Amino acid sequence: MVKTPVRFTLNGQETGLFIDEAANLLEALRRGAGDLTPKQGCAQGTCGTCTVLIDGEPRLSCITLAQSVEGTHVETTASLGRGEMLAPLQQAFIDGFAAQCGFCTPGMLMAATALLRRNPNPSRDEVIEAISGNLCRCTGYEPIVDAILEAARSGGAAGTRAGHG
Amino acid sequence: MVSVESYANAREAAAALTPTARYLGGGTLLMRAVNYGDQSFDRLVRSPDPALRMIQREGDGVVIGAGVRMVDVINHADTAFLSAAARGVGGPAVRNAATVGGNLLAPHPYGDFATALLAMEASVHMADGTAHPVEAFLAARDSMPGLITHVRVPVSQASRLLFMKVSRVKPKGVSLLSIAASVPRGGSRLSGVRLAFGAMGPTPLRAKAAEAALEGANLDEAGLAPALSVVNEGLAPADDALASAWYRREVAPVYLKRMLLEARGW
Amino acid sequence: MTTIEFRKDLFADERDDNLNEIGKPKLRQDIVGHVTGRSPYYDDHLFEGLLHMRCVRSPHHHARIRAIDYTRAEAMPGVVRIVRPQDVPHNINTLLSLINFGRDDEALLQPDKVAYKGEPVAAVIATSERAARDAVAAITVDYEVLAHVLDLDAALAPDAPIVNETYPNNTFDYHERFDHQKLRFGDVDAAFAQADHIVEDSYQMSPIEQAPLETCGAIAAPETNDRYVCYTGTQALFFSLGTTAKLLDMASSRLHFIGGTVGGGFGGKVDSLHEPLAVLGAMLTGAPVKFCFDREEEMQVGAPRGAERWHIKDGVMNDGRIVARAFTGLFDAGAYTRLSSYAIVKATGHLPGPYTIPNIASNVYCVYTNRTPATAMRGFGITGVDFAIECHMDQVAERVGADPIELRLINAYRDGDMKAHRRSAKNTALIECCQVAAQKAQWALSPQMAALSSLQGGGEGWRAQIPATPTDAVGQIGERRRQTVPLEPGQHGAPAGQVPAGQAGETVHAAPPQREDMQVAPERIGHRTAATPGYPASPGPQRSTPVVPPAHAPAYASASPSPRGTPAAPATRTFASPTPQPPPPLQASPAPALQDLSLQRQPPPSSPSSSSPSSSPLRTTGYQPLPPYQPQPAHHRPAAGGPGTSASNAPAASTASTTPPSPAPSPPPSTASPPTAPSGDGPASDAYRPEQPFQRGVKRPGVSRFISGTRRR
Repeated sequence: MVKTPVRFTLNGQETGLFIDEAANLLEALRRGAGDLTPKQGCAQGTCGTCTVLIDGEPRLSCITLAQSVEGTHVETTASLGRGEMLAPLQQAFIDGFAAQCGFCTPGMLMAATALLRRNPNPSRDEVIEAISGNLCRCTGYEPIVDAILEAARSGGAAGTRAGHG
Repeated sequence: MVSVESYANAREAAAALTPTARYLGGGTLLMRAVNYGDQSFDRLVRSPDPALRMIQREGDGVVIGAGVRMVDVINHADTAFLSAAARGVGGPAVRNAATVGGNLLAPHPYGDFATALLAMEASVHMADGTAHPVEAFLAARDSMPGLITHVRVPVSQASRLLFMKVSRVKPKGVSLLSIAASVPRGGSRLSGVRLAFGAMGPTPLRAKAAEAALEGANLDEAGLAPALSVVNEGLAPADDALASAWYRREVAPVYLKRMLLEARGW
Repeated sequence: MTTIEFRKDLFADERDDNLNEIGKPKLRQDIVGHVTGRSPYYDDHLFEGLLHMRCVRSPHHHARIRAIDYTRAEAMPGVVRIVRPQDVPHNINTLLSLINFGRDDEALLQPDKVAYKGEPVAAVIATSERAARDAVAAITVDYEVLAHVLDLDAALAPDAPIVNETYPNNTFDYHERFDHQKLRFGDVDAAFAQADHIVEDSYQMSPIEQAPLETCGAIAAPETNDRYVCYTGTQALFFSLGTTAKLLDMASSRLHFIGGTVGGGFGGKVDSLHEPLAVLGAMLTGAPVKFCFDREEEMQVGAPRGAERWHIKDGVMNDGRIVARAFTGLFDAGAYTRLSSYAIVKATGHLPGPYTIPNIASNVYCVYTNRTPATAMRGFGITGVDFAIECHMDQVAERVGADPIELRLINAYRDGDMKAHRRSAKNTALIECCQVAAQKAQWALSPQMAALSSLQGGGEGWRAQIPATPTDAVGQIGERRRQTVPLEPGQHGAPAGQVPAGQAGETVHAAPPQREDMQVAPERIGHRTAATPGYPASPGPQRSTPVVPPAHAPAYASASPSPRGTPAAPATRTFASPTPQPPPPLQASPAPALQDLSLQRQPPPSSPSSSSPSSSPLRTTGYQPLPPYQPQPAHHRPAAGGPGTSASNAPAASTASTTPPSPAPSPPPSTASPPTAPSGDGPASDAYRPEQPFQRGVKRPGVSRFISGTRRR
């Protein structure tokens, strides 16, 4: 089967992959680049757990054509924190019990990262709007909203290594 | 298996479209079809043509490229009057991908932005140079070949666009229905109202009987009553997982009244 | 901001607030994995050359498969293997066969007749998911569409289409005798006749999809030592392991299952369909294979919480006391049993809700329809009937003009009250919940109601008694196919018998614990027994006077609160004690309290003081009734597979009346009859005694001989 090359920056690293022509970005990241942090919940753009940042914008990797990210900067949850050191946003999720099964968490974190970079002091409504495309079946959202607000108070975006885009 | 082809401009891309090819815009609907193994096409056609992504004033209207995304509509000064409708589409990540052209082709219950274009009596322009009123385009979209390059939305200081989306999940949920109305500015007497409903039929539909009943009506409960009683004429809601056709017909006049009365005094 | 208010003033003496862990905030052990995206869900394992498996699914609710044409798919690029029903080594199963409940009724890949929309009939394994999807689309199935039934009541009509050939009456067979699960406690008909009001209504609940964010799935791959590793999102790893071993006819020791990280389950990941398919794929191709639902499959095919329809009839006195309550429940199992049969047993054990009502009857039906098979979801078996009960309580309050909260308080159960399943209520708290809820809602309660306590007045007089209970034999298996039979419990001709008040026939004994540290307090097990452990004869059709408690029976605030654990109610002191007693009669059902009472329709013994009341002629085969529970773990363990096991081969009580027991010991596992044998195929020879744990070498009917061990508790 003929594969198509695609080159982009993944979490600051130059990345080149050979992919199926119509492969989606989620598949390319997970099985191509081996970054398993974005999850597949629906493959139809409704659940948000595959959310990644493309040039700083939150995007749904499952409905993004992989070859369309040629030349862009892609960021996933793997970019948050470093080693044992967690980003304030991650720490806020831990402290606020903002994850139960954890499956929506990577998408929530990326949607929140995009928000906090754009708007370091969001209102509660702005947080709710920012994660409105991310479904969670366990928590009822409130702890997640609280955690994002807490991360904003404690300098959430600062620890997320902004600036690739 | 699906192949992907890229063409320099919209005209070439349009020429490459065959019955088993689809033009890939934002991908919010088409990549889902690819992921789920839709057997009706095996080629994706793309184009980086910058003309597809332009927003510009043109005479008494604004031209919006088919590849313009909802987030672009929200952020651009010339399309501010459409931002409420653009905000009604999906969550932030979807709005960073979904395009104006794609929304015109979105099947029920999607198409909130197209509903606004319908109320604005916009025109749809194709790569072959032809243009169609939105209403005619929507009626024929399933059988219409070609590629949309842009829409042209007439802008008048004398009127403004009201938009309301009704969904079970807030702030992001699929529409039970959406309502867009172009209404005259100021004054308490209505005239030239254009009224469109989304998710109340296979495509966004005009409620022309209600439009006629609103002509010359006062913007108050009594004035709206005749229009509310005929609002479902011309609409064809269906049962789906979100609501029954009966429910949609029942609540359509309720929400229309609410939206119009809230607009009083603007 | 979410806040939790702890009401530590309630039941304060029952709790130790100085524990090291309990009551203290604790970080989830998996939370760092979650926030770094590194928690290993089943799909988070990379395999070189991973293959993808997808199913060909029925577009019809009900259809016979005439033929399947695979030729186009077989020739398609990327297709590695087509999996047909005949590729499944043991293509019939029911999930609860692992605990010996119900008959195998569902194929992994359906060879003959599909019974719900989306039922799999074949599968494709290909090099990419898209190639598998394309091949599935290229497989054409010739269906003969059959009439289908989607409504519960319609499925019970005599001429309804047969959904599930294993249960041709469209109902699960309970205790091999009835088409429903019975519960009888007291005499509802007589109590209805004395009630001031009869309040009846029906309630129903639609199916609910659990919709976990991670869809169901598994990846399996050949491993060293001739094993298969399987990463799975299951909620029930050992269900999945046992089911896979059975369907693939393979020793479970060859399966290396890895789970525990579940992207949301809520009950929807208990049905083990993915692991057997993934492992089968790995067996057939020798390569790693992933099988998972996409979102549409999760919604259409993934087993939901099933629909339920309930009818409740209450007899109510003017002062709000509910003196009788009758339930008729219909559970929509969908096309196959899965967990619905068990949900009903659970529901029946819950009746009549958190209330003390002296006369209760219930008939609950596990009904097969051409809908997606139903399964577990959060509190399943309970949620639907609780919804019905609480709606009904409001209806009753309205009818008798009572305050809805006070109505609940008047009828609330309390510590020491006898429940309909014949166990004493403990740690009750409905009264306190209602009082706090009323307070929060600023809902005024009368001083008398505000002073009630779950610790006071429970178990007094009639509240602790098992009343005399008429029994009936209505609703035999298959009866409904021939004629219309009333669904609801109650007066349908003369009663078939009567279980006298406080009878001893219900006494059962829990299995000995496996370890000493698992021993439970004696008062927590067993049933209340009569003073005379006999079987007083009064099975005739005459009715006794129903228990209709006198007004003010609850004796509000009459006694001082007693700490739990030392119930004030004298009645509870007669609970089965650990002291050895004369051998009680056998009652071998795993859910004895729910066993239909009419099984005790043997002619009454001539002597009412007989110490072994049900020792009918059946008890002539060397069977030694179990002594009551004694805290000696090894006491009842039979020798593994030896002749000594004959004692454990007595048939279960529910089959004893129709099938003579066989004294022969179980055959060794290697010569056991095929696991497909339905339960009618000699339960005696297959006898399996659930009350005796760790029977080594005893063949469980319907279960693969390759599953290690027997039953574990």
